[in-house]
Amino acid sequence: MTGIPVEHGLILAVILFCLGLVGLMLRRNMLFVLMSLEVMLNSAALAFIVGATAWSQPEGQAMFLLVITLAAAEASVGLALMIQLYQRFRTLDLNVINRMRG
Amino acid sequence: MELAFYLSGLVAVLATVGVITGSNPVHAVVYLIVSLMAVALVFFALGAPFAGALEIIVYAGAIMVLFVFVVMMLNLRPDEPEQAWTHPRYWAGPSLLALVLLVALVTLIGQGEAGGTIEGELLTARAIALTLFGPWLMVVELAAILLLAALVTASHVGRRRSARDTRGGAL
Repeated sequence: MTGIPVEHGLILAVILFCLGLVGLMLRRNMLFVLMSLEVMLNSAALAFIVGATAWSQPEGQAMFLLVITLAAAEASVGLALMIQLYQRFRTLDLNVINRMRG
Repeated sequence: MELAFYLSGLVAVLATVGVITGSNPVHAVVYLIVSLMAVALVFFALGAPFAGALEIIVYAGAIMVLFVFVVMMLNLRPDEPEQAWTHPRYWAGPSLLALVLLVALVTLIGQGEAGGTIEGELLTARAIALTLFGPWLMVVELAAILLLAALVTASHVGRRRSARDTRGGAL
């Protein structure tokens, strides 16, 4: 038992990313789509942390801070869009709103 | 340390599966919080306590509270139409493709020369701050501009529908 192989950390990040991708493709409820996006961003952040600790460089963790900033911005804009969607269409089903009108 | 890493990694994966398969929005949000806290534990196990603490405070704390507020505000119920979409006919294809993607990526990482193991030596907040406010200062300011833009966008998009807008209806 001498530490965690770098590959295992990266594989965990890849598994989480694939789960988020499956959720993104599978779900049509906007809340679940946003949560899948959060999962994918989070797995990218995990990969940065794995890289940072593997090479003992602080840049990866600085990048993690920026990823978290991006996630916060994305979540706020996405949730505002979701509220607007619900007020206009009374549903969160993305299949309802991707029909074109004009 | 290894045990903590593998256990919390397993918890993270299982909780994420709970997120993408759940039909009740509140349950899914709780699963996502568990998943984020498991990832934070992974950070602690890897020797990044600063990132782990930030993950809990910012992600599991602030961002997830936003999600919970929105779920409460919209008073969402477990939706029935979604049940039709959870039939295997719909998700078998995409998840099979994503599984192939996963196998490809895992084998790619296994073959590669990432090299070395993580002994869990600590990277403190001091080193990160010196990086952020030294050579990366411009990136910090760009992040501040991004946050400001997100603030303006969210307050503009999320406003109540005014009487002027109700004519068109279309987005």
